[in-house]
Amino acid sequence: MSDILFRTVRVIDPSQDLDLVGNFLVRNGRVADWGALVDTPDGAIEIDGTDCVLAPGLVDMRADLGEPGGDYRETIASAALAAAAGGITSVATLPDTRPAIDDPALVRQMRARGEETGSLSILPYAAVTRGCAGEEMAEIGLLREAGAVAFTDGARAIASARMMRLALAYARGFGATIVQHPEDPSLAAGGAATSGELATRLGLPSIPAAAEAILVARDIRLAELTGGTLHFAHVSTAEALDLIRTAKQRGLNITCDTAPPYFDLNETAIGAYRTYAKLSPPLRADSDRQAVVAALADGTIDAIASDHQPRDADDKRLPFAQAAAGGTGLATLLGVTLAQVHGGKLSMSQAIALLTSRPARILGSTAGTLQRGAPADLCLFHPERAWQVESGELPGQAQNTPFDGRAMEGKVIGTWKAGTRVFGA
Amino acid sequence: MSRHLLQIEGMYPPAIAEMLDLAESYVLLNRSGKTQRDLLRGRTLINLFFEDSTRTRTSFELAGKRLGADVINMSVASSSVNKGETLLDTAATLNAMHCDLLVIRHGESGAPALLAQKVDASVINAGDGTHEHPTQALLDALTIRRRKGRLEGLTIAICGDVLHSRVARSNIHLLTTLGSRVRVVGPPTLIPTEAARLGVEVFHDMREGLQGADIVMMLRLQKERMTRGLVPSAREFFRFYGLDAEKLAYAKPDALVMHPGPMNRGVEIASAVADDPVRSLIREQVEMGVAVRMAVLDILARRNRPNV
Repeated sequence: MSDILFRTVRVIDPSQDLDLVGNFLVRNGRVADWGALVDTPDGAIEIDGTDCVLAPGLVDMRADLGEPGGDYRETIASAALAAAAGGITSVATLPDTRPAIDDPALVRQMRARGEETGSLSILPYAAVTRGCAGEEMAEIGLLREAGAVAFTDGARAIASARMMRLALAYARGFGATIVQHPEDPSLAAGGAATSGELATRLGLPSIPAAAEAILVARDIRLAELTGGTLHFAHVSTAEALDLIRTAKQRGLNITCDTAPPYFDLNETAIGAYRTYAKLSPPLRADSDRQAVVAALADGTIDAIASDHQPRDADDKRLPFAQAAAGGTGLATLLGVTLAQVHGGKLSMSQAIALLTSRPARILGSTAGTLQRGAPADLCLFHPERAWQVESGELPGQAQNTPFDGRAMEGKVIGTWKAGTRVFGA
Repeated sequence: MSRHLLQIEGMYPPAIAEMLDLAESYVLLNRSGKTQRDLLRGRTLINLFFEDSTRTRTSFELAGKRLGADVINMSVASSSVNKGETLLDTAATLNAMHCDLLVIRHGESGAPALLAQKVDASVINAGDGTHEHPTQALLDALTIRRRKGRLEGLTIAICGDVLHSRVARSNIHLLTTLGSRVRVVGPPTLIPTEAARLGVEVFHDMREGLQGADIVMMLRLQKERMTRGLVPSAREFFRFYGLDAEKLAYAKPDALVMHPGPMNRGVEIASAVADDPVRSLIREQVEMGVAVRMAVLDILARRNRPNV
């Protein structure tokens, strides 16, 4: 393995409040040193970093990679290509696969599958309930021991208040976090779009924004009751964010993330039944989108996840209500997030923190940092370079992006995993 | 000008007037007992019905035949093929058959729009899910215009299950576009939360909603709404939202009654009102349906292959 020197690059690592322009040295696959005086050792590769940003490899805290059971949509190998192209070096995978990740052997296998890629660490979530069916608690202790980073039933909400109470209380004994898909299932059943004028005009069954707030309010109360640690995934509404903001101010162990579609798009993206923009939760009104942007800026939202949900063309070429929800997100995670930096809503280091150190902290992972001695997981990007998202041309197998046609400003130049280049010439 | 008729929303008044005016001439033709079999001679019209319908399918079939088209009925209401995936397979099949006019009814909102992207034929939406039913709105408008002489300024109350009604949506778009004052009347569980944003007035008390109305348009209430708990029972619905002589008396003395059919007598409408020869336009709506569909087929066939 060659040593690497990045020359005159802007190094940003929010985990150490680092933001400087200088040289950055990687030796033996680990971060060695940085600064103006650091120079190229013999035999090292030199990379010109002028005008570019060097950040920790991104930590994506929510993705479905297809496997096991959904290989026709995406495989771990193909998702690893998309992740590398997106600057992502660690990903937390959802457990509502077939079979569900509810057995310690499956957790170990997911970790091993990540290592096999050589480019992407898999940080597996495990199921809260067996089969993610919401009925019997899974072996949270054994799953934790096997390496599960946190517990969730994936795209299925933990519907029963009793089950949620038990899970929060029991997981607390193992220092584990419960991750909720915050959507009341009885209000969401059959829904395809957010309730409002557009859904009414299109004649689509709808899900009220309140379905999110109702579950968030309930679960905050249960977290308080049990002292458990709770994380809400892909929060999309103003009302839910207000509840979370207040709960955090009261000192509860509550965190949340959102995904790029919820701060970049609104319900109008579904236009004339555009199924690639059918997501779960559904795209919301623009007032909700603006509230998500504000919550990113004020710190209420702790992380931005790709919420990558690969779908086959046949899952999407259907009448809207029958089409599968979900969009790809690995390759577009950084670019869409940078739009908030260019738009003046987030600082560059805030944006990178939302994609690296903050999700890593929630997951209890050592990734997402450039501390000396840490494995050199790196993302080098040019913050202004333009490109266009084109379904059919994205890296990886799944092409169901809700951002088809969007112009992007900010492009990944190279990605390194433990000092080995895994993306870029 | 689109070569399809997928929805009323977004149509401009002249395009609607063109269809109504031509339909008017077809009413006269039909009453005279004559046909115009040379107009669509050699053209193929396929009725593709993913949901059961006798009235609408028959009406399109008759309209096509009176203009000389070769009409084929494909009924695919059985569940095994009622899947979206076959919808696009069906599109490929229809293209291979060189179909000119495709009339589609489907249980999912947006299904005709999806099909329209993939077929060469002109697609006519004959009802999609809870989205739109454009020819029903056109025939309703023609019926009203012939009886009242105009649409502008009339007060029209659309009553019942507005939430699930494609007929209501198409009528709201068409009537508001042509300057009618539209009200929707029904229990809050059957009115969309954003109904007012469609440019209508919302009433939950039927007597208030009918006050001063020129037209009372009733909608069909499906039994499924009771089993899913949106209304407690048929008798309660009839008591508060069923049209009987007593409630009709709140409308204008010359108010007329419409229903897209098929009717649930004693649920949304009393037989005495439905069968009233002076007030009820229900049979006339069926007659106008054939004329309107002839006009739509005629116009779309010319748009799709103008040189033939």
